[in-house]
Amino acid sequence: MTAPVIELRGLARTYPGPPPVPALRPADLVIGAGDYVAVTGPSGSGKSTLLHLLGLLDSPTAGSYLLDGLDTSKLPDRDRSALRGRRIGIVFQAFHLLAYRTALENVLLAELYNHTPRSTRLQAAAGALGAVGLGHRLDALPTTLSGGGCQRVAIARALVNQPSLLLCDEPTGNLDSRNAASLMELLDQLNSGGLTIVIITHDAAVAAHAGRTVTISDGILSERIRAGHG
Amino acid sequence: MGRPGAGLPLPRLTVRDTAAEAIAGIVQRPGRAGLTMLGTVLGVGAFVAVLGLTATGAGQISRQFSVLEDTTVTVADNGPANDVAPPGTNPRIGFPADADVIADHIKGVVAAGVWWPVALPEGTNFSASLALSGEASQTVNLLAVSPGAVKAMVPAMVAGSPLSTYENDTAQHVAMIDTSTASALGISPARLPSHPAVFVNGIAYTVVGIYSSAQRVVSGGSAMLIPEDTALADYGNPQPGIGTQEEAQMVIATKTGAAEAVSREIAAAELPTDPHRLVVTPPPNPLKLQGEVNGDLAGLFLILALISLLIGAVGIANTTLVAVLERTGEIGVRRAVGARPRHIAGQFLAESTALGTLGGLIGTCIGVGIVVIFAAAQNWTVVLNPVYTLPAPLIGTVVGLLAGAYPALRAARTSPLAALRHA
Repeated sequence: MTAPVIELRGLARTYPGPPPVPALRPADLVIGAGDYVAVTGPSGSGKSTLLHLLGLLDSPTAGSYLLDGLDTSKLPDRDRSALRGRRIGIVFQAFHLLAYRTALENVLLAELYNHTPRSTRLQAAAGALGAVGLGHRLDALPTTLSGGGCQRVAIARALVNQPSLLLCDEPTGNLDSRNAASLMELLDQLNSGGLTIVIITHDAAVAAHAGRTVTISDGILSERIRAGHG
Repeated sequence: MGRPGAGLPLPRLTVRDTAAEAIAGIVQRPGRAGLTMLGTVLGVGAFVAVLGLTATGAGQISRQFSVLEDTTVTVADNGPANDVAPPGTNPRIGFPADADVIADHIKGVVAAGVWWPVALPEGTNFSASLALSGEASQTVNLLAVSPGAVKAMVPAMVAGSPLSTYENDTAQHVAMIDTSTASALGISPARLPSHPAVFVNGIAYTVVGIYSSAQRVVSGGSAMLIPEDTALADYGNPQPGIGTQEEAQMVIATKTGAAEAVSREIAAAELPTDPHRLVVTPPPNPLKLQGEVNGDLAGLFLILALISLLIGAVGIANTTLVAVLERTGEIGVRRAVGARPRHIAGQFLAESTALGTLGGLIGTCIGVGIVVIFAAAQNWTVVLNPVYTLPAPLIGTVVGLLAGAYPALRAARTSPLAALRHA
């Protein structure tokens, strides 16, 4: 196994009550660089909780989360922000694009908070949109793009800072089957390029794209090792 | 980096990027931005307009406030503390015999002299030399004037010459009359070389000069002027005391801007032993005058402007708060891509401040426009004090900054997870 990008040691999240809800029970998980992991489970099983913890959008109530070997649970908010900006790209089910900004501006948003000059940022944003097949729609507003187009913009935004981890929360949830297939193809491509991907889905067809599948049920994480994966 | 943390460069938002984001946020919703700014526009506009109109009006009053008024000081004789005159007579006038000369020594005095209206019995008859007109009789104001007073009056002579010091000192029976009195008495300026006389109750006064008008003392009406000493000899002392309308007064013509100083010195100079007997009236201060005229109204308008600003601030605060709630998803995305709470706060604060500044700028333009249009309609000169006008847009900036503080703080406190869930 390659050097781990993610290492969870007894990571747990309990939402304060009353009554307290153990959304994620203590879990251990190691995800190596270039891994493609699907997290599946029924609604309310704790998938999103895991994604939020992995995306540093939420803090665990117990255990530790090592990202690129760095224990994030001890970091102050400013460093967690820096990690979110530099190491993690997140793609949401609802895209979360700014409706009044063009595709290019939406991608530029992810570069706003790092230390690069505007010309570099523009170049990177245009490049990221080109990589997801939207090089010709730089000035399109999200309202004029299809669901698939919007999700591609969201992926470009997640990738523009060249993160070591791409987190996808039900990325095909708002897409029709044709767009979904095309998007999964894109993710496959990105993974074969070496990108570590964690995808949350309840769709078995989507999960099938991933090399590893982790299941959560009632907050308990378990992994089924697939034979023949290499 | 030397930090125990992630070792990554901390997320940073440059001032330029903050400004660009703020402007983008405003431009995206121009209608809402316009309505949000309205309160600030009205407040700053009212502020600039009120101050501009006040200054313009004041400038106009200063212009209308003539140089003549600005250079005239009057001193009235209020009489001695204890009336020492024998019964049936009046006390000596409060001004010394050399009052004119004393006044002349004060810096800034152009001319000064004493005068009073001579009290004549009922039915006093004025008539001209029998040789000129047989029965012409008139009621004329008879004024006793010192030579200095004649000079200070600045009479416009039509014929002859003003009353002289010699004529006064020797108590000559001479007189200066105005043109309307002259024509009523049948004395034409052309006949002056033949020494026509005016008879007042039988006393003949040779007319030595005819004047058409004068700048002071007799500016409004017509009067026959006789030397001060002649009047004292013929009719005795005038009745002292303010309000008698007959008290001796001194009229002083000063240089421009000297009136105030002269007013302060004249009483003590003329009557060092009893300066309080003399009541000095300086010219009204034009600034004080306009202040009295406009002060109340301007104050009212400024209060209205302040209320507008307050409403503007509440408007901006409310809209920014709504925007924060509405854009919770955006906050979440920004946090997800690395923004720190301070960046979120900075962005919303910059937006509200930009809105306030824009409102301030527009308000200032409107305020200046109102002043210009008003002044143009009145044919007045626009007076705008740059000390108030130029920083006026900054009032909007401050309003925006204060109004955005709470919403920005709220935005900063939004957890990224809550923000994304909300969206």
